[in-house]
Amino acid sequence: MKILVCISKTPDTTAKIAFADNNTKFATDGVQWIINPYDEWYALVRAIELKEADPSTILHLVNVGAVDCEPIIRKALALGGDEAIRINSENTDSFYIASQIAAVAKEGAYDLIFTGKETIDYNGSSIGGMVAELLDLPYISHAFKFDLEAGNALVVREIEGGEETNKVALPVVVSCQKGMAEQRIPNMKGIMGARSKPLKITEPIAADSLTTVGSFDLPPAKAGVKLVSPENPEELVRLLHEEAKAF
Amino acid sequence: MSVLVFLDQADGHITKSSFEAANYASKIAEQSGTTAEAIVLGTVADDLSVLGNYGVKKVHTVSDPSLNNFDAQVITNVLAQAVAATGADVIVFSNSAAAKAVAPRLSVKLKAGLVSGAVALPDFSNGFVVKKTVFSGKAFAHIAVTSAKKIITLNPNSFTIEMGSGIAEIMPFAATIDTAKVTVTAVNKITGEVSLSEADIVISGGRGLKGPENWGLVTDLAKLLGAATACSRPVADIDWRPHHEHVGQTGLAIAPNLYFAIGISGAIQHLAGVNRSKVIVVINKDPEAPFFKAADYGIVGDAFEVMPKIIEAVKKLKQA
Ligand SMILES: Cc1cc2nc3c(=O)[nH]c(=O)nc-3n(C[C@H](O)[C@H](O)[C@H](O)COP(=O)(O)OP(=O)(O)OC[C@H]3O[C@@H](n4cnc5c(N)ncnc54)[C@H](O)[C@@H]3O)c2cc1C
Ligand SMILES: Nc1ncnc2c1ncn2[C@@H]1O[C@H](COP(=O)(O)O)[C@@H](O)[C@H]1O
Repeated sequence: MKILVCISKTPDTTAKIAFADNNTKFATDGVQWIINPYDEWYALVRAIELKEADPSTILHLVNVGAVDCEPIIRKALALGGDEAIRINSENTDSFYIASQIAAVAKEGAYDLIFTGKETIDYNGSSIGGMVAELLDLPYISHAFKFDLEAGNALVVREIEGGEETNKVALPVVVSCQKGMAEQRIPNMKGIMGARSKPLKITEPIAADSLTTVGSFDLPPAKAGVKLVSPENPEELVRLLHEEAKAF
Repeated sequence: MSVLVFLDQADGHITKSSFEAANYASKIAEQSGTTAEAIVLGTVADDLSVLGNYGVKKVHTVSDPSLNNFDAQVITNVLAQAVAATGADVIVFSNSAAAKAVAPRLSVKLKAGLVSGAVALPDFSNGFVVKKTVFSGKAFAHIAVTSAKKIITLNPNSFTIEMGSGIAEIMPFAATIDTAKVTVTAVNKITGEVSLSEADIVISGGRGLKGPENWGLVTDLAKLLGAATACSRPVADIDWRPHHEHVGQTGLAIAPNLYFAIGISGAIQHLAGVNRSKVIVVINKDPEAPFFKAADYGIVGDAFEVMPKIIEAVKKLKQA
């Protein structure tokens, strides 16, 4: 079995969100970059578990990004996986990224493609579905449980106010979220081993972009909190009812 | 040319956020001098002509029960046929679980630029620019869609409905339906609860509540207000509350009218999922809790003393 896990680079969850160049670019000064948490903790770790259960499994990682993505790719390889492919490109839009991933995926004939449920910076939730459509494969999004059973995938995914169990024959594209696996921390052996694992660099294929990011803005600052005395919580209810008209 | 909106349904009923999406679609249609049409898949119990009140002129229905089995690929192909038949060049979804699975596929199929998680109507003054949430709600981006066809998924609770009056025409749509590759083998829905992503009011508890046995302070207030319940991540991690209640950067991002946080510190990852709420109330015994910086109203006090009094006061208000 061959598995491909899509890995993206995002700012750390505590990074200060600020913009530069007339609010057209994310201000990267002092920002720590991490593997997108959904890709690392859930997609990658679940794929590693599948390989541990069946050591004949081949596990590849793919990233569409410039050379500054290599530290997070190495970190991912330190957790597990046999080799990584970096498609050497600046990210433009989701369709472009998905086209790159689909090209690599087609070439490698993977049985299983995992993505994270979304990137925590762009929040697109779209690459997985796009890759699936480009490859004409079924897609199960927002999965939090994944098992293999006789060539089928049994996947539990989130739906509004509940969950749904899906059964589908491989190959399939799955986007992963919390619940899929438990976060792991790379150990020394993994970190050393990752240095000698292949990190292949390929050039992007020609592909369109359908969207461009114009500018960013931050939510308006709050006016400040109105504090109510703990001796008189009834006053809070009155304010919420009469002033804020919240109920 | 038209605007087509996909109406999501749950157990035969059109979801609240689909009505928002329908009204949003009709506003786009108005601004571009065209009309809004809708499509509904599967068996629906509701009277769909009421969509006219939301500005939708026609509702296309594909009532084949096989569509109750959700396979994103099958649904995408039906929607693509509807887009072709209606000549739609803007397709709108509410940003639901279904949309997250279908909209990206449809984007590829139609070569239509996708903006997911929109929070405002497109700005036509300089092309077609849609505002969406990024950085898990900590910021917004303005995305220009450059393709001829465009797809938008609208975040729940981010667009205020303006009702009009009208009667939508219901038209069965004959679509070719593929054989599903994905089979739904089980569905487990928590019925009787208010859906968290659509709720107007959300009452949420954190580790400050000490244990699941104290959750009455959250659920009693929620019941009185017809609110949904939520929790911080550690609370779900230690199984005090079910996982689907976890809000924040790695959980659900919500934008209710009122978010009422009890015993939650307000870590940046928690705020990411709730800071688009219109009114935030924080009950925390620590005056230094970061949540107060993001709050509109607050009480620095012990939740175990304050909350019963709040619940009593709301009870009185509701009886009055
Ligand atoms: C990558 C990453 C992603 C994360 N994603 C999320 C996420 O999506 N959602 C999320 O919530 N967290 C997330 N976290 C965790 C987050 O950083 C915080 O640890 C978490 O939100 C804290 O939860 P809490 O406020 O319930 O608990 P605590 O931080 O323990 O705070 C409890 C609060 O209760 C107050 N308190 C105690 N007793 C009382 C009382 N009697 N009355 C009133 N107040 C009282 C305390 O003063 C304190 O402020 C993430 C962390 C990381 C690193
Ligand atoms: N540049 C990228 N390279 C590889 N995978 C990516 C990239 N961007 C996004 N992905 C994958 O697609 C998922 C969803 O991303 P998005 O649609 O941008 O929210 C992420 O969790 C990753 O698994």
